[in-house]
Amino acid sequence: MLKPEIAIVGGGPAGLSAALSAVRQGAEVMLMDRDPALGGQLVKQTHMFFGSKKEYAAVRGIDIPGQLLAALEEEGADRFKPYTSTTVLGYYEDGVILADKEEQALLIEPQKVIVATGAAEKMLPFPGNDLPGVYGAGAVQTLMNVYGIKPGSRVLMVGAGNIGLIVSYQLMQAGVEVAAIIEGAPRIGGYLVHATKVRRAGIPILTSHTIKEAYGKESVEGALICNLDENWCAVPGSEQDMPVDVICLAVGLIPQTELLWQAGCEQKYIPELGGYVPRRNEKMQTSLPHIYVAGDVACIEEAGSAMVEGKIAGLFAAAELGYDEKVEERYKSYIHELEELRAGPTGAKIRQGLSRLNGGAEIC
Amino acid sequence: MLEKTGVPDSEQIKKITPPEERLKKGPVAVVECFQNIPCDPCQYACRQGAIEEFEDINDLPVIDHELCNGCGLCISECPGLAIFVIDATYSDEEGLVKMPYEYVPLPEKDEEVTGVDTEGRSVCGARVIRVQNTKALDRTPVITLAVPKQHLMRVRSFVRKGGE
Repeated sequence: MLKPEIAIVGGGPAGLSAALSAVRQGAEVMLMDRDPALGGQLVKQTHMFFGSKKEYAAVRGIDIPGQLLAALEEEGADRFKPYTSTTVLGYYEDGVILADKEEQALLIEPQKVIVATGAAEKMLPFPGNDLPGVYGAGAVQTLMNVYGIKPGSRVLMVGAGNIGLIVSYQLMQAGVEVAAIIEGAPRIGGYLVHATKVRRAGIPILTSHTIKEAYGKESVEGALICNLDENWCAVPGSEQDMPVDVICLAVGLIPQTELLWQAGCEQKYIPELGGYVPRRNEKMQTSLPHIYVAGDVACIEEAGSAMVEGKIAGLFAAAELGYDEKVEERYKSYIHELEELRAGPTGAKIRQGLSRLNGGAEIC
Repeated sequence: MLEKTGVPDSEQIKKITPPEERLKKGPVAVVECFQNIPCDPCQYACRQGAIEEFEDINDLPVIDHELCNGCGLCISECPGLAIFVIDATYSDEEGLVKMPYEYVPLPEKDEEVTGVDTEGRSVCGARVIRVQNTKALDRTPVITLAVPKQHLMRVRSFVRKGGE
């Protein structure tokens, strides 16, 4: 039985930041991630991040894990125990975590747990969506940016949120043609600077459009798309045929909350935050006091805010173990950063969701 | 319009176009950032203090054209790749547009290319004057194009001949 002071599940931006924050306080941290490399989705984010210059803005996502790991090395290499290629399988009622590290079972009984498991991609129902050539945007990004493999030669991107826009841009950078980006909503959901970037590269963005069906014998050979009216109903006669060999779905993310359900954390359905999300207080502590959350598992947002949430969760998990140096001061600066990131019009949905999660009261 | 198409409209462009008198004095930055998003690296990029300090991280950058010397340090620092430098004093007929360009292969100096607008449509022939790709630019190369003066506020990217 391994008995770390803090176990962190997930080594993406939130998990790594939580580890750094807890190790800085003096706690001993075991961090598990199912991938062979730490960084979560950052390992394929070749674009520069937005956000605060203090919090990695203008730094490329792919460079952030290295910076966090270097900081962890400096703060206390002996207190940080990363377990890569380690999949957490279950959380038991006696507080024991079962994990698989390359076919070896690990039993872990931590004093505090930080769940930073991130999110999963949503699927879209349409005829032909099971044809080879229909991908999630995350898979396309992994193929291209991690493994250097082109997913195809001509892509239809479904979804004009940040992921759809960014992955379209990266497809162009990889020399893959993007036929169009279609979006069901009447407005582009992602940051408009991402949209202008793909537009000047000649990619059309068709708002109020959806995919009707994918067709092809062995794999995708094309897609039928159509216009949507203001009630999201297909406009008769508006079908267009798009010959493509890849259909890439970027239609949103759902928090990966399975471990939290298993542990018995209280959760609530908040559409603005991405679905069922754990209730938590300003310390990112769930209804089970020894379990904390951070990042997309707590609310679908940007990597910048996930990292700040990680810092808060790591800070308080460590503080409750007695490593409480400068807790107030550090919390104040973190919460200020988080409030700033969410203060503008693009943060309105998150603010509203968080307020609903807490039964109307405003939190972080 | 921008929210629907991803293309800024002429009103938005007019608002951020530097005044004629300023253009006569030399290169100046143009920031095509029209949405309040939490992002602030540009204000730290400028050594002249020409990008006014943000009160809120969601503020839009406001550029002081008198303080801006058109050095272009901000171009590769903008995560949105939304900053350009235009120079109307290059020659009688031509001006320069400096832009971020993150595609490979990079063009060669003196190469003839086609300048394109915010919709990717051909605007005019253009000539590559300079290709910068130093370590400090951190994988966001900056390309300087010479274009007919009247297109300084239109050309925002380019396509290579024979390529796409």
